[in-house]
Amino acid sequence: MKYQLKIYCKTTALADLRSFLQTTLNELKLSDKDRHQLTLAVEEVCANLIIHSHQCNGSDQIKLEVKESPDKLIFEITDKGKAFNLLDYEVPDLKKVISEKRKGGLGIILVKTIMDEIEFESNKGKNTCRLIKWF
Amino acid sequence: MLTIETHKEDNHDLLVIQGEIDASNSVILDQKMQELTESGSKSILVDGSGLEYISSAGLGVFMSYLEDFQEEGITLKIFALSPRVFEVFKILGLDQLIDIYESKKAALEA
Repeated sequence: MKYQLKIYCKTTALADLRSFLQTTLNELKLSDKDRHQLTLAVEEVCANLIIHSHQCNGSDQIKLEVKESPDKLIFEITDKGKAFNLLDYEVPDLKKVISEKRKGGLGIILVKTIMDEIEFESNKGKNTCRLIKWF
Repeated sequence: MLTIETHKEDNHDLLVIQGEIDASNSVILDQKMQELTESGSKSILVDGSGLEYISSAGLGVFMSYLEDFQEEGITLKIFALSPRVFEVFKILGLDQLIDIYESKKAALEA
């Protein structure tokens, strides 16, 4: 099964993203905890793209596809903004985040902790980030 | 949807959060925390019972105040988080850095 959503690059669209993910993950019979955490991880990546790659430009779009296979779920996020490769960023030290009063960085910790695999590719201006959760 | 109300209760400032905090509205939490700090609050109690969801944007707001609060002797306690929201604090290790309690009573007695 494949589920798909397109959102515009504005932070208010994040509520629509959550609502789509909750409905989709509900259909896939995931536990409340898994639904919550997977929604959070996907939102963190999308929020990053909206804010940093697209500067909240409401005419740009991000596409999300949720692909189900027997042993894993793949969340494929595509956009045409400035490439943001999560894999280039190390998980920051929490104490450093606090002392530097950085509000960013936490999202990366969440995504890398919640997801089992992250893939990224950029080809002819199209970026694809795949977040994979094994079951 | 997010609403944050503040009111005084004895020597504490109660911050009651209802709804979801994400990158679109975390600034509201920041403003409320800022207002409480500027008003000279020494004890902030966060009622998290109505907090349905919090992303890193909201968690980052709490974290950005931790050092200043420690230096200024301001206590921050969060209580009554739902298990799934508490789990997110735990993933980041924030449960080790912020005092989190099961109930308001437990927070007041600690």
